[in-house]
Amino acid sequence: MATISMTVNGKAVKRAVPDNTLLSEFLREHLRLTGTHVGCDTSQCGACVVHVDGRAIKSCTALAASLDGATVTTIEGLANGDLHPMQKAFNDNHGLQCGFCTPGMIMSGVDMVARYKAEGRELTEAAIRHELEGNICRCTGYHNIVKSIQQAAAEM
Amino acid sequence: MSDGIGARVKRKEDKRFITGKGKYTDDIRMENQAYAAFVRSPHAHAKVKGIDASAAEAMEGVVAVLTGAQLTGDGIGNLICGWAINSKDGSPMNMGPWSALATDRVRYVGDAVAVVIADSQKLARNAAEAVVVDYEELPAVAHADRALAKGAPQVHDNAPGNLIYDWGIGDDAATQAALKGSAHVTELHVTNNRLSPNPMEPRSAVATYDEAEDHYTLYTTSQNPHVARLVLSAFYNVAPEHKLRVIAPDVGGGFGSKIYIYPEEITCLWASMKTKRSVKWTSDRTEAFMTDAHGRDHITTAKMGFDKDGKITGFHVDTVANFGAYMSLFSSAVPTYLYATLLSGQYDIHNIYCNVRAVYTNTVPVDAYRGAGRPEACYLIERMMETAAREMGMDPAELRRRNFIQSFPHQTPVIMNYDSGDFPGNLDKALKAADIAGFPARKAEAAKRGKLRGIGYSCYIEACGIAPSAAVGSLGAGVGLWESAEVRVNPVGTIEILTGSHSHGQGHETTFAQIVSDRFGVPIDNVSIVHGDTDKVQMGMGTYGSRSGAVGMSAIVKAMDKVEAKVKKIAAHVLEASEDDIVIEGGEVKVAGTDRKMAWHEVGLAAYTAHNLPAGMEPGLKEGAFYDPVNFTFPAGAYIAEVEVDPDTGVTKIVQFTAADDFGTIINPNIVEGQVHGGVAQGIGQAILEQVVYDEGGQLLTGSYMDYAMPRADDVPFYTIEHNTTVCPNNPLGIKGCGEAGAIGAPPAVINAITDAIGTNDLQMPATPARVWAALNAARAPMAAE
Repeated sequence: MATISMTVNGKAVKRAVPDNTLLSEFLREHLRLTGTHVGCDTSQCGACVVHVDGRAIKSCTALAASLDGATVTTIEGLANGDLHPMQKAFNDNHGLQCGFCTPGMIMSGVDMVARYKAEGRELTEAAIRHELEGNICRCTGYHNIVKSIQQAAAEM
Repeated sequence: MSDGIGARVKRKEDKRFITGKGKYTDDIRMENQAYAAFVRSPHAHAKVKGIDASAAEAMEGVVAVLTGAQLTGDGIGNLICGWAINSKDGSPMNMGPWSALATDRVRYVGDAVAVVIADSQKLARNAAEAVVVDYEELPAVAHADRALAKGAPQVHDNAPGNLIYDWGIGDDAATQAALKGSAHVTELHVTNNRLSPNPMEPRSAVATYDEAEDHYTLYTTSQNPHVARLVLSAFYNVAPEHKLRVIAPDVGGGFGSKIYIYPEEITCLWASMKTKRSVKWTSDRTEAFMTDAHGRDHITTAKMGFDKDGKITGFHVDTVANFGAYMSLFSSAVPTYLYATLLSGQYDIHNIYCNVRAVYTNTVPVDAYRGAGRPEACYLIERMMETAAREMGMDPAELRRRNFIQSFPHQTPVIMNYDSGDFPGNLDKALKAADIAGFPARKAEAAKRGKLRGIGYSCYIEACGIAPSAAVGSLGAGVGLWESAEVRVNPVGTIEILTGSHSHGQGHETTFAQIVSDRFGVPIDNVSIVHGDTDKVQMGMGTYGSRSGAVGMSAIVKAMDKVEAKVKKIAAHVLEASEDDIVIEGGEVKVAGTDRKMAWHEVGLAAYTAHNLPAGMEPGLKEGAFYDPVNFTFPAGAYIAEVEVDPDTGVTKIVQFTAADDFGTIINPNIVEGQVHGGVAQGIGQAILEQVVYDEGGQLLTGSYMDYAMPRADDVPFYTIEHNTTVCPNNPLGIKGCGEAGAIGAPPAVINAITDAIGTNDLQMPATPARVWAALNAARAPMAAE
């Protein structure tokens, strides 16, 4: 067992969990934050993307024990009250259908917009598509996801 | 009404999904919950000689290890296929036994032989590894053509030669004769590649047995919870229907794969009774590749004849369909009544014959996946049209135009009676939107960059609105395919719609509310949609086959008709007017031509206060309806793909994709276009990326997203979507359906474009870079030799 302390969505949490607990399991099973989804077992689909210390990572591939002391933001903690511009953009542009990949898409979208802004690079359509390499959606054909991220990028 | 039919309303259900508050099956945790892990066969075909669970049972936290012998001993029935198809000689299909947990023989990699129930998922999985199964390996066969060969391993004892049925439709002799007399005959050999549906949410089940009530509750990833309850009850003997509640909460995509009732749900229910614990199972992705029903997997040889003017004279088709190791719930219908009946395409063809042989192999069962039979038909016809046009030196658009059906209703020689459409109009709209006139310039520009640019067409038709019960019943279906609805107007005027349809991404909470808003003038926020729970909603048939609009909404309309009739009676009584003079407009119930009116909610209240109702009228405002369609609906359209092939690498880039669809009435264009986007992406996936691969011995080689190529954001372009609407004359809203069109129409458009680019017709799906490069160089070889 390992005792893990983290700041998750602005709240300090502490749990004793088995050593092999993945961050996705820590969030879903121990903190009951079920907005983070697990859609594959090979780090390909990106439904589990969360932010750890300001960077997007796949929570299905990180051991919770390796992130003791980390600051984690999940889809549940992305906005304070109102919707985050990325969340609003997904609603505005019909960027989701079944909703299962959506939390990961939104967390990846927020991360890519922030990175490109910080680096002063233009987030073109091609760049968005390239950046979404690690996020699979089976419903939308990506059309409206790309549009959503374009809208949010303009607003963020 | 701004939120009514045709409005681009933003989805009501989005908020919970974009804030992480969706409630999917794996998000549910019951008190006292245990976890199931299945012990699965590593062999494609083997005898099970013994199971030693002692080591697993001894592990701390293991609740039980349960086997097939116990399951069948408790009277749990075999899984069944619900659509009876007879062979040409009248003999019934050869359905082999399928137990939820195999007892004496396993028939595919992943076939479950036992289940471990433990206190945690990890414990259950570790303990499943510790169960020792004594297998005697048997020869296996994975591919349909080899399964039919003499001496092939036999999958089921009651299916000699692995043949499930040898079925035919149409007039063989007349079609052969027509081909003989043709000026030109095009012959094609096509495979329709085996796919895994891959909804992003893996299947999951949480089963709870309440001993005091002798009652079961199942949360599960289902497209049709009532059908699940019916089958679990009537055929699998899990519990009688009134003792079984099935709930399909938020479901993360289905695409057909969540229609079926799988061994895992049956086993979890039974195990919850055996262990007196709630039992949860959630598939991982590898398990999904190994156990979710696959789609397609046809091998076809076909000939199409033409007269000297390019008119089709006859179409002769011979198809072998791989069903996998067992007959899944609707498997038998897919390559017969959902495939061969669409072989007339959009064309006026007088002679069609299709022979279908369904075969067992040692692979996971195959059943309906988005489109189900219709993509296979469309791919064959549209590859045929494009290839024939090239062989005859005709413009492929012109060849299609010469053969389009122009008047309706149109009876094809293969059962279907098309009710409406505008096939030339669809094509014209697509050609214009795709800027066909500019293609030569784009091709020349691409050539300067060293790229081969090609263009390909596809004119698809599908039969949706599944299905008129009388028609499918006469063809062997075990159930009717109507839909149900109940409309409840509350005393405050808000409205609840209980529907047998199920939304797993389709946006019913928005579109169903739109048709109610359109009819009664209430804001969509005052309408809630209740679905997915057999305790709340009357028996319904669920969502598949693009049926929720054409059939599900029609049931709601029928129930709203009854509500409207009662509303008019109540208003006429209160307003002292004739019922015939009452109109419902803008949220008010009025006496036409006067200023006398009631607000909608006042009528609701009047219905329940009851002391001022017409004599003899029952209180309340709640009406139900069952809607059984009179015909299928026939969405159709024209798709144009434009691709660039890199001749050095064989990599294909889809640079432009244009769709012009006729879906009948459109309730919400955002949602309809979203369905097309997703369907087209799956069609592009089938055309250039996706393929389930089994080796000769039946080992699954594509068991993860590292091996199975899913379409990703940079594999697809922005799509251009046009609508060319003709209203469906056979249902009240004029809806045809839109859910499957993209997956049906896209694959031939893409392959026709690639073959146009590389100058050869000899190319199979998926057109991977290796295949395209090889085809390109094979086509070039004679030139090189010159």
